[in-house]
Amino acid sequence: MEMGRAIHSRLMKAITEGRFVFTGEVEPLKTANAEDIVRAAEALRDWTVACNVTDNPRARAYMSSIAAAHIMQIRTGVEAVCQMTVRDRNRIALQSDLLGAAALGIRNVLTMSGDHTTLGDNPQAMPVYDIDTAQFVRMVRGIVDEGRDLAGNRIAGKVGLHVGITGNPNAEPLEMEIMKIEKKVALGAEFMQTQATFDIERAKGFLREMGRLKIPVLLGIFPCKSYATAEHLRRSVPGITVPDEFVEQMKMADAEPDRSRQRDRIDGVNIEFFSSMIRELRKTEQLAGMHVMTIGYERIVRSLSENA
Amino acid sequence: MHGVIVIHYCRYTAVIWNLIITRQKSPEKIDEMVAPYGSVFIVGCGTCATGCGTGGEEQVKAMAQRLGGRVLGWAVVESPCDARIVRRDLAAHKGELEVADAVLCMACGAGAQAIADHTEKLIIPALDTLFIGKTERVGRYFERCRACTDCALLETGGICPTVRCSKGLQNGPCGGQVNGKCEVGEYKNDCAWVLIFNSLKRQGRLEALKSYRPPKDRSAKARPQELASR
Ligand code: SF4
Ligand code: SF4
Repeated sequence: MEMGRAIHSRLMKAITEGRFVFTGEVEPLKTANAEDIVRAAEALRDWTVACNVTDNPRARAYMSSIAAAHIMQIRTGVEAVCQMTVRDRNRIALQSDLLGAAALGIRNVLTMSGDHTTLGDNPQAMPVYDIDTAQFVRMVRGIVDEGRDLAGNRIAGKVGLHVGITGNPNAEPLEMEIMKIEKKVALGAEFMQTQATFDIERAKGFLREMGRLKIPVLLGIFPCKSYATAEHLRRSVPGITVPDEFVEQMKMADAEPDRSRQRDRIDGVNIEFFSSMIRELRKTEQLAGMHVMTIGYERIVRSLSENA
Repeated sequence: MHGVIVIHYCRYTAVIWNLIITRQKSPEKIDEMVAPYGSVFIVGCGTCATGCGTGGEEQVKAMAQRLGGRVLGWAVVESPCDARIVRRDLAAHKGELEVADAVLCMACGAGAQAIADHTEKLIIPALDTLFIGKTERVGRYFERCRACTDCALLETGGICPTVRCSKGLQNGPCGGQVNGKCEVGEYKNDCAWVLIFNSLKRQGRLEALKSYRPPKDRSAKARPQELASR
């Protein structure tokens, strides 16, 4: 992070102080009822510094990430990393939403392209993509640092926001991914959360590059709540390689007939795999923390953070 | 008359001149659109729609035959999108056009509107206009340009990010590319940014990937454009 930049969030404060942090994730769904989000956030509260609130993932029209982030912050005290995609809003709407989010007390924004409209539940929708994520980072910097919108118009008063980006350690060619990140870092991105990875060696190489670019990284991991989840991830999520050994162990844990013992064994497999991954990475690489994709499996974050 | 020479060349040699890619609407749809009108005149296109095999002489004749008695006549205008050529090529059909209830247009949307301006007749579009394309062979076309008003091809290794990236991203790939394939269309199409990366790498110009491309000025496309260069 650039020297002298003001700190507006607990997440950025912790990262700047060099504390090893965990972020979790909550997912607003197709409902106007926020109880599930509140419940999930409460389960994550004591073990995370902040939680991501997803923005219509898989291009499904769900509750707004800004509204959900606000409710989560107010009702649970969990700080939000508000995901915002450039898929559904042009630059006017994005700037308007940034100001609105800041007014509601949201302090961290994660800029994303967003899964394409055609993959979603309203596939006939207009994909907007007026600006891309690099331009989005530039937009936030202009608003925060210069008090100006993208076109140079003045904004009244200060806006306190931090801008994050995503990265993908699994990307191939990795060189291209790194060049894209380098561009966004130069534009003023302050932190990164990555796509989930199970590959320690790849993560190491990626983190080394990120160390060179001096962007704090929260490495994404995806603990699996069940054998079925692991199998689904392995078979149906392109771009993520789940090690056979992990899936095998999940399968064995899953075979345990006693429900509560089964639960413990599954947790055990995850804790063993990810805690040793975290320890191993922290030994050699610069790593600001972990982003745990927890949807429906909040309890695992406690054990992971205690073992880190 | 340079233009005429070019068109002549295209028509009588093997060269196919198709820039605007079109597709015929279904026969049922065309029948439904034509049904309310007692008599129609058919206008085809001697340029792009001939190349695409959607509105050339062969297709116009077939259409006339299918629609039968209500067809008063037909003409293949060399290029219906050129007002001068429309005037020239329809001059001989003044009488038929005057009495026709409607004109069935087998040209792209621009051609159909030029015919509408000239004839002041009700226009029935027989074709759907798809894109500005590259022809691989007859029947196989690829969209390659969206006329964005600010061509980026130099910086992007000759590959258009506006069309070939499903999100029109200008500064690099999204997180949805896997092994060079795009998340849109079930990972069957190439990710434009991987193509751009490979092309720039081949050209020894990877540095171009690092330069920031600011947001596009969309205002130029916010109204129908005109050009008066002379
Ligand atoms: S950048 Fe793409 S859309 Fe724009 S003019 Fe060039 S080829 Fe056409
Ligand atoms: S995968 Fe590639 S082509 Fe597809 S939207 Fe993403 S960057 Fe564009």
